[in-house]
Amino acid sequence: MIDVQEKLKEIGPYVEMPDDDMLVCRCEEVTKGEIRKAVHEGIFTIEEMRRYLRSGMGLCQGQTCGKLVKGIMAGELKVPPTEIAPASSRAPMRPIEMEILAEDGGVAHE
Amino acid sequence: MNKTAEVIIIGGGINGCAAAYYLAKKGVTNVMVLEATKSIGHGGSSRNGGGVRQSGRDVRELPYAMYGIQHLWPTLSEELGVDVEYTQKGNLRLGKTEEHLKKLQTLASNAQAVGLDVRMVDAKEVKEICPYLSDEVIGASWCPTDGHANPLTTTLGFYKRALEMGVRFMTDAPVKELRKVKGKVRKVILQDGTELEGETIILAAGYESRYIARTIGVDVPMTRLIDECLVTEMQPHMFDIMLGTAGADFYGHQAKHGSFVFGSDSGLEDTTEMRDPSDVVTNSMTLSASCRAIMGYIPALKDAKVVRSWCGWLDMAYDGVPFISPVEEAPGLILACGFTGHGFGTGPAVGLMLAQMVVGEETVVDISPLRYDRFQPVR
Repeated sequence: MIDVQEKLKEIGPYVEMPDDDMLVCRCEEVTKGEIRKAVHEGIFTIEEMRRYLRSGMGLCQGQTCGKLVKGIMAGELKVPPTEIAPASSRAPMRPIEMEILAEDGGVAHE
Repeated sequence: MNKTAEVIIIGGGINGCAAAYYLAKKGVTNVMVLEATKSIGHGGSSRNGGGVRQSGRDVRELPYAMYGIQHLWPTLSEELGVDVEYTQKGNLRLGKTEEHLKKLQTLASNAQAVGLDVRMVDAKEVKEICPYLSDEVIGASWCPTDGHANPLTTTLGFYKRALEMGVRFMTDAPVKELRKVKGKVRKVILQDGTELEGETIILAAGYESRYIARTIGVDVPMTRLIDECLVTEMQPHMFDIMLGTAGADFYGHQAKHGSFVFGSDSGLEDTTEMRDPSDVVTNSMTLSASCRAIMGYIPALKDAKVVRSWCGWLDMAYDGVPFISPVEEAPGLILACGFTGHGFGTGPAVGLMLAQMVVGEETVVDISPLRYDRFQPVR
């Protein structure tokens, strides 16, 4: 069980850092500072972070920034990165046009 | 850790988070929200298509669906300090056959009878409202006050604001059972054995509410159904309206950042079984079937790339509308479950009414038709 209020007290307030404006998620243009700040607003999981800031929600689905986001969140939460669960992997593996996807398993729309 | 609270809310989804926020707004901040998983909004609250609509709803739900759209959604982003991307540009429910139009006409007439502005439009007017639709569409119902929002930021927005106002949230805290003390539901026992105690318990845990309510002898007639969605890469801005169909083969909208979010099905959902609650695995056939359905209405999207699909479980009430009521034989317990796949848009209004029930106020609209004990035997 995680008591969110207690955890927020434990990690202390958000403190600005010189590299906060560094782009971490290039697809959705999310910065390190935005991710760090969100942790202090109670966003403790990658799943929540994606939904809150759209990090890892773009074209590459976090294949580029997933590990970076995890590292930043772990640092902020003062836990090892292994304790932060990755996002669920979902179909399709690569972005695919609707028209092509539609050909699988049935008659494509004309 | 303080194991008591004035109100314990089981379920960290939109209804639970909204109830927590509206309670705090009324000055009741000694509130504890319990989320079974590690993430707030892990269930249907974050797995839906974002519809904020009134049209197509059961008349028993319309009063509070309309209340939310008139009084809560317009100022929600400002109130929560999070952009919930509420867009009120109307909903077209499309028809391709005469049978579809008949169905839409019945729905529209029922909704008009309770004061909703919804009317039938012909093929020409449909094209005027949304020029990208297929020529196969021969008519639609049009509700100009419907719209959509971002379910992800809305749920987390209620959470964040409630947190700022002092509400306690426990994640990774699955509930094992409820227990009565001197005839009143007071104790909430977690699976790890922790015993919590509250004056009022709100049970808003989706389908899992059924297992939890059973521990004090209350059964809620619902089943569960898998539902899948997909999202495309960003597209140039095309339209702001929400789309649905009389054939219920797809629904969706273009989100603020440009992606299209659609929900559809393969037709095999009824027999999809949930092996365990964390089982949110999509069916390999649904994504392609969804693309066929979408292109059948919006051919212009054939080159749009799909970047992700996902699914979630709906808590389907026996008669299609939720249970939102106190439970007489279990004083202290308030039920809010069975939202049947259309609970996102009503989340703010339901949260407000749950808060009103807790403090003993009359709810903003009459919801007695949603009582948990509304069922009668057929003979």
